[in-house]
Amino acid sequence: MADISDQKERSFPRIEFTDSEAGALTFPSSKSRAYNYYKPAKLRATMYEDVTVDVQPDPERHLSQGWIYGFADGPGGYPKEWTKAQSSNWHAFLDPNEEWEQSIYRNNSAVVHQVELCLRNAKRARVYDSWSPSWLKFIERNVGAWMHAENGLALHVFTAVQRSGPTNMINTAVAVNAAHKMRFAQDLALFNLDLSEAERPFDGQAHREVWQSAPEWQPTREVVEQLTAVGDWCELLFATNIVFEQLVGSLFRTELVMQVAARNGDYITPTIVGTGEHDYDRDLGYTRALYRMLAQDETFGAANKELFGSWLETWVPRCLGAARALQPIWSQPAEKPVTFATSLANATSKFASLLEDLGLDIPKELDQ
Amino acid sequence: MSRQSLTKAHAKISELTWEPTFATPATRFGTDYTFEKAPKKDPLKQIMRSYFPMEEEKDNRVYGAMDGAIRGNMFRQVQQRWLEWQKLFLSIIPFPEISAARAMPMAIDAVPNPEIHNGLAVQMIDEVRHSTIQMNLKKLYMNNYIDPAGFDMTEKAFANNYAGTIGRQFGEGFITGDAITAANVYLTVVAETAFTNTLFVAMPDEAAANGDYLLPTVFHSVQSDESRHISNGYSILLMALADERNRPLLERDLRYAWWNNHCVVDAAIGTFIEYGTKDRRKDRESYAEMWRRWIYDDYYRSYLLPLEKYGLTIPHDLVEEAWNRIVNKGYVHEVARFFATGWPVNYWRIDAMTDTDFEWFEEKYPGWYSKYGRWWEAYNRLAYPGRNKPIAFEDVGYTYPHRCWTCMVPALIHEDMVTEKVDDQWRTYCSETCYWTDAVAFRPEYEGRPTPNMGRLTGFREWETLHHDKDLADIISDLGYVRDDGRTLIPQPHLDLDDPKKMWTLDDVRGIQFQSPNVLLNQMSDAEREAHLAEYRRNGTHAVT
Repeated sequence: MADISDQKERSFPRIEFTDSEAGALTFPSSKSRAYNYYKPAKLRATMYEDVTVDVQPDPERHLSQGWIYGFADGPGGYPKEWTKAQSSNWHAFLDPNEEWEQSIYRNNSAVVHQVELCLRNAKRARVYDSWSPSWLKFIERNVGAWMHAENGLALHVFTAVQRSGPTNMINTAVAVNAAHKMRFAQDLALFNLDLSEAERPFDGQAHREVWQSAPEWQPTREVVEQLTAVGDWCELLFATNIVFEQLVGSLFRTELVMQVAARNGDYITPTIVGTGEHDYDRDLGYTRALYRMLAQDETFGAANKELFGSWLETWVPRCLGAARALQPIWSQPAEKPVTFATSLANATSKFASLLEDLGLDIPKELDQ
Repeated sequence: MSRQSLTKAHAKISELTWEPTFATPATRFGTDYTFEKAPKKDPLKQIMRSYFPMEEEKDNRVYGAMDGAIRGNMFRQVQQRWLEWQKLFLSIIPFPEISAARAMPMAIDAVPNPEIHNGLAVQMIDEVRHSTIQMNLKKLYMNNYIDPAGFDMTEKAFANNYAGTIGRQFGEGFITGDAITAANVYLTVVAETAFTNTLFVAMPDEAAANGDYLLPTVFHSVQSDESRHISNGYSILLMALADERNRPLLERDLRYAWWNNHCVVDAAIGTFIEYGTKDRRKDRESYAEMWRRWIYDDYYRSYLLPLEKYGLTIPHDLVEEAWNRIVNKGYVHEVARFFATGWPVNYWRIDAMTDTDFEWFEEKYPGWYSKYGRWWEAYNRLAYPGRNKPIAFEDVGYTYPHRCWTCMVPALIHEDMVTEKVDDQWRTYCSETCYWTDAVAFRPEYEGRPTPNMGRLTGFREWETLHHDKDLADIISDLGYVRDDGRTLIPQPHLDLDDPKKMWTLDDVRGIQFQSPNVLLNQMSDAEREAHLAEYRRNGTHAVT
């Protein structure tokens, strides 16, 4: 039996009933139960607004002493001069997806579980055994190459932009975008690893050579690298999410992989690539809201549209060039239910309708 | 995922990066550090497939605890003395967190190591998590605690308050200037590796002792992400150490970062822990004891000291001086008294210290009563309106302090104050090191070498100058620190909510002129200034008799 005679007296803080709960007394402000330093978009503040708005103050929002630290060559914090785009009120932007902590982890976890379950089932059912060599080659080379693009955009486009945008709402939406891209790139890489281990003719290292040297992928790599070199954060986001993702990203993911995989006996790849499509759909949502706000700005709308037009002049030819260079990969699968021409027409048509939605002129290159 | 699969997955994911040949990624944020000779290793490769479910699970636990706290009515047993200080703390801390998220691209820009970019990007998402989880904790307090005033305006108050601004300089230090100084040495190597120990480990202890078990739940969840961040910081530090040219910069930045973190974090967390608690068990650790354990032993002795083997001179003198300020110079007690003196321009209430508190302080810090006891008795005596002004405007033997130009905590240890004319203005500094930070470290040249990327101290650094010569009632109105009846102040120097006569209103503070010590200092002749400074250093904090 344990000897309890020499136990020391234990030390606990005393519990005290303080009656400090809401409503215990009535006094001035005793019922002030909502953040009152900003006006919510609707009647009641959402959780997203409560945890995001004004967390990053600036001299126009409450900051009475201005920036306290600066860069050697200019003001501190988040200078508006980091983009040529202008806004009467950058703080008016709210993320329509209302991304905040719980939504980020819930959504991405759901995707992780979906992908993991799918890959586990694929292994168990030995589905890779029935894939044709030509389809395996298609995955090995092209889906393999694409994951580099996603990873580069995650680390050197979206992560970079989330430092530079002038408000917490913009930067947080972009941070979530970066997380999507990282997760998606890694999911594709781990899928590649599964295929490498499936005892099928699949070269798990081929993607590096294809991305680095295959002629059909070089214009895409060139545009991705050009994107990472852009200094203006608003141009970078526009060129990536409005132009590149429409003309190259969606072209490859939606108009090719999602259309041809099932015909080639593959229900795994569309499940994974579909998560990237789902992410882009959300990310396009906040991007559209941001650029619509800028294009419709009462003071700066016209100047912004002109600016966006100049960005289109730069990026549409580059992205169309990359898209056209990819044409040969449409003929690589054994089953070819879509032609490149049809896919490109679908992508450009959706792109044109996005531009129309933003009130921008359709670039002449899209008619060619 | 098995360990073997994890290793393979790490290896696979590292294949995603490539060497660009068509264009070079933009360098938005410069650094004076060089990394050509750096080894490129990533100690902690990140797999999003395991990261997201792990964080979701952590979130579920936090939100489950929140639900339980509300259902169990935790607020029946929360000490108001404690929760009032959370109005300040939780208005400050989400900003450094989100600033840390925004600092990550600076580190990615500056460090040419694709292996580590993943880890930095994951830290970015972590920091978004921390910022929003803390904002939500504050919302929960606002909804369920007896006095929501102050919580309801925190982000505005944080940005226009004399104490919020001290925390703001902490967060802005992460996102400006030399990318490695800001995002690596100041943020990761010092703030996260050293000072989150008192922020997120020591402070939750005190919260629990005061009936608040939600702050521990949230902050331990936050702290569990910090090991990743510490690892990021250490990798970059080792990369920097590989090049001899970086050593002077590292030594400069360690001095600045260590001292600034001490000035700011110890001021804030020390005050919350020692003056926000009702738990006066003698065997409970004081802030000094916690600091010794979590910062001196855990950080200084086991992390910083071993860096000497790489030939790095580490700031032993500043570590010892920080300890000296806490233990012998009454740093935390001076800060608490300064916050209490400033109560009319707070957005939280400050409880007076009682005999029980006095006894505990005297036990932990012998000599405390003779230095601070009488002042707190005066604070208690002057707590209600009607017959007296707020304590700052009564003669209780306390001199409203000069503000430190660098760390923004006032020069509370009067004998250590440094005064210099810098950039054509007489400035005051709390210490030699804060003076050095402004006059030497944050300059375009350091020890004869150009440091064009180093940041600058900017802005209206002294809160008091914004309000010089204004009526106190107008200042409080302009700041918005007034309750919803349009006259009762949010701040009060006591916790009595049940008697309207005890609550200070704008009428009680009207007619009091507020003055900036720095404006007055700059208006003095040389002789007046010398005399004033001599008196300030000699007898600024004598006890009331």
